[in-house]
Amino acid sequence: MLNHYPWWKWAVIALVIVPGLFYALPNLFGDDPGIQIRGVRGSAIESADFDRVRTLLSAAGLDPKGAVLDEDGLRLRFVSPEMQLKARDVLQQELGTQYTVALTLLPDAPAWLTSAGARPMYLGLDLRGGVHFLMEVDMASVVRRAEDRYVTDIRTRLREEKIRYEGVRRIPEGGIEVQLREADQIELAQKTIRRELQGLQVEQTDRNGAAVLVIRLNDSERQELSEFALEQNITSLRNRIDELGVAEPVVQRQGNRRIVVQLPGVQDTARAKRILGRTATLETMLVDEEHSLDAAVAGKVPPGSRLYRLRDGRPILLKKRVLYSGDNIIDAAASIDSQSGGPIVSITLDAMGARVNQRVTGDNVGKRMAVLYIEIRSRVKTDAEGRPILDYDGNAVRIKQRIEEVITAPVIRDQLGKRFQIEGLDSVMEARDLALLLRAGSLAAPVEIIEERTVGPSLGQANINRGFQSVMIGFALVLVFMAFYYRVFGLFANVALTLNLVLLVAVLSMFQATLTLPGVAGIVLTVGMAVDANVLIFERIREELRNANSPQASIHSGYEKAFSTIVDANITTLIAAIVLFNFGTGPIKGFAVTLSIGIITSLFTAIFVTRGLVNLVYGGRRLHELRI
Amino acid sequence: MEFLKRDTQFDFLGKRRLAGMISLALIALGIASLLVRGLNFGIDFSGGTLVEVSYKDSVTVEKVREQLKSARFDDARVQYFGTSRDILVRLPARSVDNNAAISSDIMETLRLPFLETLAESPQGGLQQCVSELGLGECSVQMRRVEFVGPQVGGELTEKGGLAMIYALIGILIYVAWRFEWRFALGAVAALVHDVLITISFFSLFGLEFSLPVLAALLAVIGYSLNDTIVVFDRIRENFRKMRKGRAVEVMNSSINQTLRRTILTSMTTLLVVATLLLIGGEVIKGFSTALFIGILVGTYSSIFIASPVVLGLGISREDMLPVKKEEAEADGLP
Repeated sequence: MLNHYPWWKWAVIALVIVPGLFYALPNLFGDDPGIQIRGVRGSAIESADFDRVRTLLSAAGLDPKGAVLDEDGLRLRFVSPEMQLKARDVLQQELGTQYTVALTLLPDAPAWLTSAGARPMYLGLDLRGGVHFLMEVDMASVVRRAEDRYVTDIRTRLREEKIRYEGVRRIPEGGIEVQLREADQIELAQKTIRRELQGLQVEQTDRNGAAVLVIRLNDSERQELSEFALEQNITSLRNRIDELGVAEPVVQRQGNRRIVVQLPGVQDTARAKRILGRTATLETMLVDEEHSLDAAVAGKVPPGSRLYRLRDGRPILLKKRVLYSGDNIIDAAASIDSQSGGPIVSITLDAMGARVNQRVTGDNVGKRMAVLYIEIRSRVKTDAEGRPILDYDGNAVRIKQRIEEVITAPVIRDQLGKRFQIEGLDSVMEARDLALLLRAGSLAAPVEIIEERTVGPSLGQANINRGFQSVMIGFALVLVFMAFYYRVFGLFANVALTLNLVLLVAVLSMFQATLTLPGVAGIVLTVGMAVDANVLIFERIREELRNANSPQASIHSGYEKAFSTIVDANITTLIAAIVLFNFGTGPIKGFAVTLSIGIITSLFTAIFVTRGLVNLVYGGRRLHELRI
Repeated sequence: MEFLKRDTQFDFLGKRRLAGMISLALIALGIASLLVRGLNFGIDFSGGTLVEVSYKDSVTVEKVREQLKSARFDDARVQYFGTSRDILVRLPARSVDNNAAISSDIMETLRLPFLETLAESPQGGLQQCVSELGLGECSVQMRRVEFVGPQVGGELTEKGGLAMIYALIGILIYVAWRFEWRFALGAVAALVHDVLITISFFSLFGLEFSLPVLAALLAVIGYSLNDTIVVFDRIRENFRKMRKGRAVEVMNSSINQTLRRTILTSMTTLLVVATLLLIGGEVIKGFSTALFIGILVGTYSSIFIASPVVLGLGISREDMLPVKKEEAEADGLP
């Protein structure tokens, strides 16, 4: 029989539409302002913590609308943003540094939906507000540091083999140069280095008539080093973000030297930038009080000591030996000193640091110990027009600034142990940032923010509203047009278009693909283009009717003849969308995603579903006339 | 309802010389403009900083500019963005201190006067506002910040150009496989035409060429191709069906037969893109503009450029004789 669907085709339609509706449903409920509480560094939240939070909140009159405790931590939903903010302040104050309390948006969908995995669409940063950073790890400095290490190693090995050298040093253009005292030992030296130190590439060359060895890191060593630096940096960036208190942060590597950081809902971007990019650490040393400071300032720095400056600019002479560094710190907390009223950072050392601290301070009571703050700032060197200056390998040249300041150099009054305090900080904010950086660990290599995209919360909301309006108005216009132009068939197309929108939303929700503002534009475009398949089919049916075919035959061949055209036309659009996806960054990717999904869902609804509707209404009976 | 009720018999291909001349003139104008004026590249490509802020009350551009100047942001370009309360500040890539901290400095500079007022009138309304809502809400609200470092901008330009080329190559291969190489060249010629004219439009009117505009261009490629393929499909069908008639006549009637569909689909698509253009907001204005222009030009090119090129390359009925595969495909229908 012509124009009749077998039962299984209806079953396929039902199998797509029913789950589609289910997964699209959570989007109708919207989001509540919420709070997410997690343990610092992955420690779990217990049900005892849950009870404590509940008691704290109800004492403050801030009972949450809903609360869930699972492996992602504790999530609380509130009726209003004001309650959310107040609750955060209460919890942050009471829970202390072992927990992170972050603001977030939580879906308001009922539990039977969320427990089945149905969640609303995941909004991109341009819709929910937040920061997107692209950071680049300075790999040249990783190599440089490795070379510095190898210089020491090579010297040791050569000494062990009793090979006397003129000099072993890193050359500015990269690589290590070894010059020997006796030229005939060069083969032995080369063999020794090759045998003892893996990951190096040793070559003999001639420099000013003297044979020298030029040593470089080989490719696999370089790769391993940068891999390690990248992973290490990602870990410490995660720790830092945890400390900042951000819900659902994204920290991902991108390519070989880049890291993407996304912080939804963060508004104080200045602080985020300051914290994320900083490579700060502490070192403690003893003050050299045996030698004259004035002589050192005049240029006679005694060996074993180095001249530093205090924060106010005064010079101070420190012994070179580092007692312990930031790596030995296991906890740091900012507070106010009860006696002086100034900001302080209380430090807790690990076992090794504590042992050193105990011994050194015990031996040196009455002398001074200095806390040196070290920060490395690096930026790309650019020409007058702001373009980066590149080296021979095409990498950007960086200017490095090493900031070293002695924060404080107090007199040791007592033997110290596991804990001690740093004074001499400028502000409470500085104390807090320093404590945070020390807690989160240092970066393996300097990073630089090379791209930032921040959207404030008000613009995010405006974008959502505008996007939603555009979709709705565009949708309504197309519906009216189709109903007007094709009458009953237009209604079929409209049902298909509506379903297409539902399915598109369902697929986006199901895969939790990021919906961005260009993504919303992609939906709008899909709405306009999705009816194309129906226009093609309906025009074809009209043509068949004009050629004096019977209504049923016209419907049949109209669908049949339009099919390959529709497929060809859509596949080519899909090619463009896929290229776009591969090339695009963040928001643009969102456009490619909605466009591609929209093409696929529209093929299903515009061909398969409208045919079903047409069959249902017109199929299986004699038609003398078809009004289309 | 139906417009163009009777079958139309426009001689589109007869006008191909005129159409070609118009297009060439437009492209020549565009290229001249690109050479003389260039493209107003957004910071996505040129690098730099962009800050969009919203004031509580309306503010003059001069005042903001003055303020920034006093903080040594001499190179800042300040303009209204939509309303007189919304301000857009742009800084080109700098040779020194070109980093992500600039945007924070700008925000601080703009908020400075409010801090001073705050200090002078401790009991004022501003004070109360700040204690309730925070400084940002009461003075200058940060709406959007974009910073693109020097190493990213160049990459994006390169990647964008490559994306365009990859898309065209992909399409060339697909159309050559499904149709014939002359059709593939005709389709790509029409696409290059669309992209060139849309870019020319942006150059002529000095509109900002940003990353979303580039994305829109790729969407235009997809859309324009959609149109072209529908016409090609009909040409292929008619070559096999109409036993008599020269290639010109077959192509002409194919374009006429698909004309209604071409116009209808362009209409619905332009309808929604116009909606986007009017209420989508300033942020995606460039994107919607590119789409709008591109779809207009794409519709034109699928009629007046694509088929004439195929014809000019010397297509004949023999090239389009049925391939066995077509029969097999017709079975997989709903």
